[in-house]
Amino acid sequence: MAVAVGRPSNEELRNLSLSGHVGFDSLPDQLVNKSTSQGFCFNILCVGETGIGKSTLMDTLFNTKFESDPATHNEPGVRLKARSYELQESNVRLKLTIVDTVGFGDQINKDDSYRPIVEYIDAQFEAYLQEELKIRRSLFSYHDSRVHACLYFIAPTGHSLKSLDLVTMKKLDSKVNIIPIIAKADTIAKNELHKFKSKIMSELVSNGVQIYQFPTDEETVAEINATMSVHLPFAVVGSTEEVKIGNKMAKARQYPWGVVQVENENHCDFVKLREMLIRVNMEDLREQTHTRHYELYRRCKLEEMGFKDTDPDSKPFSLQETYEAKRNEFLGELQKKEEEMRQMFVMRVKEKEAELKEAEKELHEKFDLLKRTHQEEKKKVEDKKKELEEEVSNFQKKKTAAQLLQSQTQQAGAQQTKKDKDKKNFFFM
Amino acid sequence: MEPMRQSPSPCSSRPSSPRTPPYETLGYVGIDAVLDQLKIKAMKMGFEFNIMVVGQSGLGKSTMVNTLFKSKIWKSTALDLERPIPQTLKLQSVTHIIEEKGVKLKLTVTDTPGFGDQINNDKCWDPILGYINQQYEQYLQEEILITRQRHIPDTRVHCCVYFVPPTGHCLRPLDIEFLQRLSQTVNVVPVIARADSLTIEERESFRRRIQHNLRTLCIEVYPQKCFDEDINDRILNSKIRDRIPFAVVGADREHLVNGRCVLGRKTKWGIIEVENLAHCEFPLLRDLLIRSHLQDLKDITHNVHYENYRVCRLNESHQLPRGPGWVNLAPTLGGPPATPRPSKVCQQAQDDSEDDEEC
Repeated sequence: MAVAVGRPSNEELRNLSLSGHVGFDSLPDQLVNKSTSQGFCFNILCVGETGIGKSTLMDTLFNTKFESDPATHNEPGVRLKARSYELQESNVRLKLTIVDTVGFGDQINKDDSYRPIVEYIDAQFEAYLQEELKIRRSLFSYHDSRVHACLYFIAPTGHSLKSLDLVTMKKLDSKVNIIPIIAKADTIAKNELHKFKSKIMSELVSNGVQIYQFPTDEETVAEINATMSVHLPFAVVGSTEEVKIGNKMAKARQYPWGVVQVENENHCDFVKLREMLIRVNMEDLREQTHTRHYELYRRCKLEEMGFKDTDPDSKPFSLQETYEAKRNEFLGELQKKEEEMRQMFVMRVKEKEAELKEAEKELHEKFDLLKRTHQEEKKKVEDKKKELEEEVSNFQKKKTAAQLLQSQTQQAGAQQTKKDKDKKNFFFM
Repeated sequence: MEPMRQSPSPCSSRPSSPRTPPYETLGYVGIDAVLDQLKIKAMKMGFEFNIMVVGQSGLGKSTMVNTLFKSKIWKSTALDLERPIPQTLKLQSVTHIIEEKGVKLKLTVTDTPGFGDQINNDKCWDPILGYINQQYEQYLQEEILITRQRHIPDTRVHCCVYFVPPTGHCLRPLDIEFLQRLSQTVNVVPVIARADSLTIEERESFRRRIQHNLRTLCIEVYPQKCFDEDINDRILNSKIRDRIPFAVVGADREHLVNGRCVLGRKTKWGIIEVENLAHCEFPLLRDLLIRSHLQDLKDITHNVHYENYRVCRLNESHQLPRGPGWVNLAPTLGGPPATPRPSKVCQQAQDDSEDDEEC
């Protein structure tokens, strides 16, 4: 039975006018309620040298004391440390993950510094892709760990970007939304800051680094985004200590020569960063990560695995067919490997058996040899024993003979002495 | 192979990272501004909603749709006696964009004229199931592309309103067959059509009998009990489940009652006000479909029904042999659903691809 669907000949959609209140203007609220009950995920990656103020800035941004120990400078390589926190504000639950680059810029040879970072970002994309490709998947309850924003901390040298910064940012710009910020901005004077910022931006442009562009297509946020973009990279100061200014407490850093207020727009761009990162563009950052960076990764990965959308005859290939083919290929390979391994195993067993047989034979021979020698010795010993016995018996015979002789001679002697005595006595008489 | 129901409980089954200690913010950070950002994004993108109405002719489906969305979506087909009853079930879709207070909604209504009108109504639900699965298939095709669109157009049927004729007895075999099959692939909301032919007591007993039928046959209509996420949802949905199926009356003419202009049907014995809860339960249906559960309908379609279809589809492509009977996941396919009868599916797939080429 054919399923024919009749549609109007012109496919343009008609705009209807409503004659009363239908009520679907509550749709955005329905959507928001759903999202609120599920909670939000936001993952920030902080890339910067040790001691540049990443943890302090996170504490200041989110107004909480995330516990962490300051890192040492002795790390052998760059490693990433991810920590998750659950923040709640009014009825919004945010699952925040902060990823720190520990040991960045500390090594003598910094060639491979960017590699662990790129690997981490790719690993998160890979995990999401795996979940998406599963047959039985649960995307709605999946904890999204993909990095939504990368805050790149630039050291406040006042001159220009370091080559490490350029190399790292170039590697990261197609994988994550990069927001460059100048850290510890209270060490730069105002006039130097302006020069520094323009130098950095021109270097980024000339090297082709794609940093995150604040969206300017939506009228409500276009204006604020446009004005803020001019101030990139934001020069920030972080502080969790409060100092009394005027009649209220404010986050600030106290120096002998003055107080740097974090939330004062004349002192630093912290407020701008907070506006842009959290209050205005958090959702856009997440969307860009999903629709641009993740899709790019997915496309590259699938093409790498050999999938195509259309084959050379421009007939649509299906992911499923190639997947099937690959699967069969893989299974075939697996079987072959199994066969190989089995063969090898059998061969090894045979060899071992042969060896063991050899050893057994040797042992038998040894045993026989031993037995023979043992018997020979035994015989020798018996012979000797016999000889000894013979000697002993000879000796006994001789002894008895000698004794007899002795006793005979004694008797004869005694008789003789008796005779002599008698003789003597006779003589004396 | 029964498609599994997965309960979409996002909060409780969220895999948590090794350490997620809750933190209290000491000052205002501005995280809740993300809600406004979401709203702005949603309003810019617009919403989509696809609804299907199923029922025998003359039950007031087109009128009901017009009343629901307060506009002339369909021209009422009431007095079209000259038109012969179509031999095959031809689904008709119409799409409109309606806007209210800045919220744009792309509404697609699919009608099923000829459903249950023949003498032999065997398998009259197949075209409907085929259409629903075709939409799922289209979405799946778009989703598995390498370069896919930013926003995949959603033509999947979010809600199917089934019109039960007001016999007053219980569900007929045709109704039971249809509801059984469809409640597993799409959200079904049964309504008692033309309820003005039943008195209030008759309505109540009819409703109880229908509910009893649904319970004994284990037919889960929307809102499904297994998808209640928390206690608030359960309370709200239990109230709704108590009143399903709603007894509705549709009207698109306005009359003057007590000085007010109301939508209603004028009869010799009085005017039946459509939006009066004492007369009929149309407001309940409207609130359920539009004002409170529209997003929920879409979510359940996306998270449960579409996922079930996807699982069946991806699993089956392993079992089916390669060769002429191979069901190609090519976009031109519009065959009957992936029920566990592989050889039959192959056969019909070939037939359908031939049919598609004709039209």
